[in-house]
Amino acid sequence: MKFTVVILGAPYSSAASYSAYRFCRALLEQGHQLARLFFYADGVHNGSALTCPPQDELDLQQAWRQLITKHQLDAVVCIAAALRRGVLDAAERDRYAKPADNLACEFNLSGLGQLIEACATCDRTVTFGA
Amino acid sequence: MSTLHTVNKSPFSNNSLESCLQLCSEQDCILLIEDGAYGAVAHSPCAGSLQQASARGIGIYVLQSDAQARGLQDLLDNIEPTDYQGFVQLSCQHQCIQSWY
Repeated sequence: MKFTVVILGAPYSSAASYSAYRFCRALLEQGHQLARLFFYADGVHNGSALTCPPQDELDLQQAWRQLITKHQLDAVVCIAAALRRGVLDAAERDRYAKPADNLACEFNLSGLGQLIEACATCDRTVTFGA
Repeated sequence: MSTLHTVNKSPFSNNSLESCLQLCSEQDCILLIEDGAYGAVAHSPCAGSLQQASARGIGIYVLQSDAQARGLQDLLDNIEPTDYQGFVQLSCQHQCIQSWY
């Protein structure tokens, strides 16, 4: 089956991101297709490349990045939610003349249309709320 | 069309499980995840409604790892523990997945 997974929680703020991560791993292990990850609302913080959790804790953002790379997943971060929370890629950094960008290269900034398209074309959409 | 309802808030602090139970149809299932696992304990505010839902044929599940992480014991009899593999299977069995959060 084709799945879309929506993540609404920031890592370390709620369990949503870690629950979604474990769900994604389980569905990939079972041979299902994960067509799109959509990070929305506070979930956009999962895309930051600048987090530094303590070394004896799970690095959830790194775990997401590894999962995305390993399975070549389409990981979309909502652009409107990201901009207002200070998660920027290089193009948005330039557009808004900010001193830095911080979106990890495994993620793409895009719009809600990507979520609608994924919901319309996938068999299942599972949301992990904060 | 059947629905899998996931509830991630404790019924001790939030009414999402109560709302979910009011909208649940006979062929639906409820999966308690994260703090929603508190709904599976015998003295939870929704224990009676959950038993009634179960009697109506609604499948009630709890993510065992989330219940264990919260040290929950004395779970209601007709709540079935499951894991993420089971979560994925439940997602496939139902056409719609409704998240309560």
